[in-house]
Amino acid sequence: MTSAALNIAVLYPELLNLYGDRGNARALERRCAARAIEVVVTAVEIGDDWSPQSADIILAGGGQDREQRRVQADLQRRGNALHDYVDDDGVVLAVCGGFQLFGNHYRGWDGEIMEGIGVFDAVAAHPGPSIPRCVGNVVALWEGETVVGFENHGGRTYLNDGQEPLADVVSGFGNNGGDGLEGARVANAFGTYLHGAVLPKNPHLADRLLRLALARRDGSDAPELAPIDDRRARRAHAAALHTALHSGPSTDLPPAGSRRASGESRFGPRFA
Amino acid sequence: MLTGKMVRWAMRSLGSGGTALPGLVVERLHPDAARQLASRLGDTALVTGTNGKTTTAAMLASILRADGRDPVIHNRSGSNLLRGVTAALVDAASPLGLPPARVPAVLEADEAALHSIAQAAPPTVAVFTNLMRDQLDRYGEIESIARRWTETLAHIPPDAALALNVDDPLVASLELGWAGRVVRFGIEDDAVPAAPDGEISDAVWDPTTQDDFQYSRRYFAQLGRWHTRSGRSRPTPGVFAEQISSNEGGMSFRLSVPAGQADVALSADGLYSVYNAIAAAAGAVALGISIDPIVRGLEAYEAAFGRQEDLSIDGRRVRLLLGKNPSGMNQALRTLQRPGMRHHLLVLLNDGIADGTDVSWIWDVDWESQAPYCRSLTVGGRRAADMALRLEYAGLPAPSGPPQVDVGRALRQAFDAVQPDEQLIILPTYTAMLDVRQRLGRMGATKLWDAAA
Repeated sequence: MTSAALNIAVLYPELLNLYGDRGNARALERRCAARAIEVVVTAVEIGDDWSPQSADIILAGGGQDREQRRVQADLQRRGNALHDYVDDDGVVLAVCGGFQLFGNHYRGWDGEIMEGIGVFDAVAAHPGPSIPRCVGNVVALWEGETVVGFENHGGRTYLNDGQEPLADVVSGFGNNGGDGLEGARVANAFGTYLHGAVLPKNPHLADRLLRLALARRDGSDAPELAPIDDRRARRAHAAALHTALHSGPSTDLPPAGSRRASGESRFGPRFA
Repeated sequence: MLTGKMVRWAMRSLGSGGTALPGLVVERLHPDAARQLASRLGDTALVTGTNGKTTTAAMLASILRADGRDPVIHNRSGSNLLRGVTAALVDAASPLGLPPARVPAVLEADEAALHSIAQAAPPTVAVFTNLMRDQLDRYGEIESIARRWTETLAHIPPDAALALNVDDPLVASLELGWAGRVVRFGIEDDAVPAAPDGEISDAVWDPTTQDDFQYSRRYFAQLGRWHTRSGRSRPTPGVFAEQISSNEGGMSFRLSVPAGQADVALSADGLYSVYNAIAAAAGAVALGISIDPIVRGLEAYEAAFGRQEDLSIDGRRVRLLLGKNPSGMNQALRTLQRPGMRHHLLVLLNDGIADGTDVSWIWDVDWESQAPYCRSLTVGGRRAADMALRLEYAGLPAPSGPPQVDVGRALRQAFDAVQPDEQLIILPTYTAMLDVRQRLGRMGATKLWDAAA
């Protein structure tokens, strides 16, 4: 074992931060702290001098379409280096907008194409501003275990032949609401639509990322991580599972932000 | 209109506190009801924005009363969809259902319902407080609300005024699409502490110029003195607060309006309350009200429904601090963070429609900053388990017991840690606030129903 800190890089936290995805870095930090594993978290913004080679885990979150467009050129510039990193078994968790940008391309609601960096062989398309977003609690099966989260995306992702999904949808929309697939995985790069944030309430997924990162850093097999007190994380997982399975997908949420309705709906009064 | 009156009477008889149902019934039976009911109103102020609209509207109504305009039609309790406005108008109609004539109205409008409300009740002034992330599962992204607001401006009478928070670049930008009168408000005080690094902001860059917003001082969220490299900058406000200080009872500041200056002592706490006060003052200025009634109205304001509302129960004090999105909750927490303070906290997280069904937002709240100011902690509500994990990761002390889905159990658990003469701080989401407030009432809490409709 080397004593170097585990380096977590968060891509564009000022712009891709709309849905609480900063919780992912927090969960990794706290789970390392509980095991006396030193962690350094680096924020990478547009134009920053940063190389993926310095990272052990790269996180990217979700943002609005216009913020995705804003980071796109900078991400393209880093595309080759990020491919090398993934080819070298580097660990990535890309969520929602981040997932789309790590795919081949994303066609936004206005029809404009945003080129991705093609880590995942997947394309995303927004069906247009009048089509409801995929919104709601999600349960998916990942390697025989449940993962839970909340999705809120206009774009639909379709995996090309040969691209492995991350998980199978049990409840919710997942990539596109049609093929029952959620996310994508290439080597140690994970793409998903799940917010929540996803890692805090899926401690098994968080620990998998840590084990993969530690194994790569130390050139060893994936190490066993010391057990930690996970009661709260498991409880949050169970609560999210319960909510998802009892509320179901929520296409019929009052579409206040869409052009379909005025914001007045059959649901209870909207409060300040 | 008699329909609404009858529904209202029936509900009152049944002891229901519902505020919008009569409006909903009338809206269904007479789709044009709100427009007809609003057709003879006097001055009409609409108040919209993500945070502060209930308090701002209540402050503005208080100012109108201080100006001798009584009654004032006002949709209280945050019932801010078209049906809530309709219900308030039904309430004000004559017993035979004739529209209220020449009565002023202060109408709080949900940011997504502004369009329909502005068409039903054309405003004399429209007050915009701020635009921040909130209930993204319902509203969609912030950009889509901004787009809808801009579209709504075309339907506001051209002789109306806009009252705009110039410290919020998203709100200040509305001026670009408006040819009419504007009353600008903001904070002019270099002594206000800057927002902590990393605190969430919802406007990092300017879509009109592609430049980043830069700040000589950022107060919280995206509010502050902003400019861009290409030369856009925060417009100078005509209504502003300076010499802001925080004290035991609330906030003091010097208020400037185009026609004078005066000191104001607010009973509400926190910088966000100052923003609400200057938003209300700007609305009043647009209606031609002079500074004396503005100050009297602001100082007479008492906390609205769960927003810094203080109650007393068996010698213990309770403060309700509604928090429903990252910036609102961050601001509520700031009021608890003074040297030496350590609070008993009850944090209640629900995931109902009115709360937002997505609880991810709790990860964007700076709970970490609250850790040194917490004496005891109880966590409750339907998503208490998520909140317990969030607060563990934020470094708060271990909760006094397990997360309690049931708000009544959470309340009892929290009170177990609170001695007589001590205060319990309750930080609820919207539906949890309604729930806990009702339970406190049944437990005999006093000074509870003043603000209820």
